[in-house]
Amino acid sequence: MRYEMRFSGVGGQGNMLAAMIVSEAAIYFGNKHACYVPTYTSQVRGGPTKADIIISDAPILYSEANNIDYFMSLHPKTYKMYKSDSKQGSIIVVDMNMVQVTEEDKKNFRVYELPIVETARNKVGNVITANIVSLGITAKLIDAVSEEGLLKAVERRVPPKFLELNRKAFEIGMSLVK
Amino acid sequence: MKRTVVANGNEMVVEGAIDAGCRFFAGYPITPSSEIAEGMAKRLPKIGGVFLQMEDEIASVACAIGGSLGGKKSMTASSGPGISLKQEGIGLACMAEIPLVIINVMRGGPSTGLPTRIAQADVMQARWGTHGDHPVVAICPATVKECYTETIRAFNIAEELRTPVYVLTDAFLAHLSEKVELPDGKELKIVNRKRPSVKPEDYYPYDTGFGDVPPIADYFSGYRFHVTGLNHDKTGFPDINPVLQESEEERLINKVLRRQEKIATYENYKIEDADIVIVAYGSNALGAKEAVDSARKAGIKAGLFRPITIWPFPSIALQQVAASAKHIIVTEVNLGQMVYEIERIILGGRAVTEIKNGNLIFDTRHPRSSADLTTVLQANGTPIRPNQILSRIKEVA
Amino acid sequence: MAVEYEKYLRMDKFPHYWCPGCGNGVVLKAFIQAVDELGWSNNDIGMVTGIGCSSRASGYVDFNTMHTIHGRALAVATGIKMSNPDKHVVVIAGDGDASAIGGNHLIHACRRNIDITLIIINNWIYGMTGGQYSPTTPTGSIAATMPYGNADPDFDLVNLTIGAGATFVARSSVAEPVMLKNYIKKALAHKGFSVIDAFSNCHIQWGRKNRFGDPVKLVKHIKSVTVSSAKAKRMNPDELKGLFVTGILYENNEKKEYTESYFDMVKRAQAKGGK
Repeated sequence: MRYEMRFSGVGGQGNMLAAMIVSEAAIYFGNKHACYVPTYTSQVRGGPTKADIIISDAPILYSEANNIDYFMSLHPKTYKMYKSDSKQGSIIVVDMNMVQVTEEDKKNFRVYELPIVETARNKVGNVITANIVSLGITAKLIDAVSEEGLLKAVERRVPPKFLELNRKAFEIGMSLVK
Repeated sequence: MKRTVVANGNEMVVEGAIDAGCRFFAGYPITPSSEIAEGMAKRLPKIGGVFLQMEDEIASVACAIGGSLGGKKSMTASSGPGISLKQEGIGLACMAEIPLVIINVMRGGPSTGLPTRIAQADVMQARWGTHGDHPVVAICPATVKECYTETIRAFNIAEELRTPVYVLTDAFLAHLSEKVELPDGKELKIVNRKRPSVKPEDYYPYDTGFGDVPPIADYFSGYRFHVTGLNHDKTGFPDINPVLQESEEERLINKVLRRQEKIATYENYKIEDADIVIVAYGSNALGAKEAVDSARKAGIKAGLFRPITIWPFPSIALQQVAASAKHIIVTEVNLGQMVYEIERIILGGRAVTEIKNGNLIFDTRHPRSSADLTTVLQANGTPIRPNQILSRIKEVA
Repeated sequence: MAVEYEKYLRMDKFPHYWCPGCGNGVVLKAFIQAVDELGWSNNDIGMVTGIGCSSRASGYVDFNTMHTIHGRALAVATGIKMSNPDKHVVVIAGDGDASAIGGNHLIHACRRNIDITLIIINNWIYGMTGGQYSPTTPTGSIAATMPYGNADPDFDLVNLTIGAGATFVARSSVAEPVMLKNYIKKALAHKGFSVIDAFSNCHIQWGRKNRFGDPVKLVKHIKSVTVSSAKAKRMNPDELKGLFVTGILYENNEKKEYTESYFDMVKRAQAKGGK
């Protein structure tokens, strides 16, 4: 098994943390090999970011994802910049209020257009949880890590004070995938 | 006890330094090496060590040299422009024979370049960056784990040879995070500098009567001595006698060259029957390994030669591999640096073993290779993908 | 009681390197007298110098000595002091070494208030390299790289170091070696970053270009452009124009010294637990 993922967006959205949590879920709770490679620019807030994750049964050598099974984007700029490594028929998840997916892309990929940031803001009650909503969605869509494993990895990373809020964000994220 | 951690390259450099006994760090913020300074800032005070964020890169290397003379294992870390600024200080450490470890998290250049992106374009700077003839040891870890083990080895070499040692990682490896199994602390081999055993009045800081790496005393330990960046005699005082200076300059170079068999480590991967040999170092070697695996699956006899120490270069080991190869592919994340060294080694068939009275002594036992040589080079801020290397393998196969 | 200079000097390194009549020896002598009066052991003193004529001083004293690279003496000294906070660390530097190429290190050593004494032998010129103008070369005077008269404004190193946060600043000159010794002694004993701006004569590189080629004449000139702080208090700004005030010009025993601040932080870090 080898599963390649990429989370992208702009600095400040928490995409890198989300990606790191996925890799940790695979390592700590999935007993898999996993690596996580963040790429960013010097623009701390608003600059394009991407983070690659590879999950594998075998040790990983080259660790940048270039045959992507799962691509998540919360920003139109990085959607365009970083989509090109996605496999034919792979999963693409975008925030529907930000990223417009072309008809062609819809033919080539399994596209999920979901209101990620809006859900975090209005349903969870805190926009900062958008990355955890993303993880809930991810948990539902992929097999490379288990739902429980991913939630445990989230709980490992968030401060106790915000545990409930993040659990809620994760669950609501899962419920977005029909 | 073995430890398993999930960490990135920068974090593992910090762990390696601490476990090697580093107790003094001076640095300056710069991308993408800053997390090393942050890690040292967190760890050193806990164990009574000294962390200083200095006013600039030049001050950082100078301060680290002071810390080393003060008796502490000492390190500085930087990237790109910061390493350029440190060059004069690195020369002082070479000349005055002060143990020091310099971490260079390589990023795109020249100038400010691509601060957050991978490059391997400082390998020749590591060799020749500071002015004047000087010894150099530079190590290129390829994995997160090697960021740990090779940082420890860098300290060991710096201490054993009384010389600055570079660890060259890169922006990609620095932030690549994965599971790492670290060796048992008890299994680690830690080397400490040789300190004098003679009476203070009989001590000279550059007394070659004790070998080509004379013992070095800590400041304030009762051994009062003088250190200078000028050429000097065994007492550490300036000297311009050409006879002495020729032998002293040669000693500086030879103390590394004569130990190169031990220092110049490398990895051979699927090399035994390889017609096509890829030469790659640092994190770029992982993509090369993957390309080798893919080529093997396609029935192509490809292998990888990976220098772990790039200075001194494991020349003889490469010659042995190259002798039976039909094709050599050099890949590096720059527009051609190490390839010139490799070309000289394999096509020229010469490996320098030492310098003696102005003559370079060559080991010419190994035949010149008749292999073709091509390259896969890239300097656009992204890593070279296995497919790029595989395509070249298929082209030449 | 006479000072036993041989106790502090590496006698085998003499005769020294400096020109006949150079002020560097006067400053070095004052420094040794001060060390002697303080009763410090040679083993406990580190002296770090940079590059320049004055920076050769570290070769002549029998301490833990280092002759480093141009401008970086304070940065190296900071490393030596931080790794041995209970020892005495002294830097001797020229005006160019301290305030031009080493200017950044100077202001930050002041800011940290690290317990190092900096003695700047300020002879208004780059002597070793052939008389090029330095940041303290008086405006208008001739230098190898200012053959038509110095167009640059000059630094007042006392104001500079006080402004940057040094906690003991004194100025003196080779024209008053006893006062110079007294100030150096106080500077060495001061807990914090201390600066001595020691005016000195380079009659060869500055003097000969400016009609002061005779050392005695130049020392007299230095005397004529300096005025004691006691006397200066009684003078009006017009009268003080063009004069440099000598004396202990700033002393602050309140500001915390850096090695203390650092190792207090270490204690806090260790009290916190965890790795």
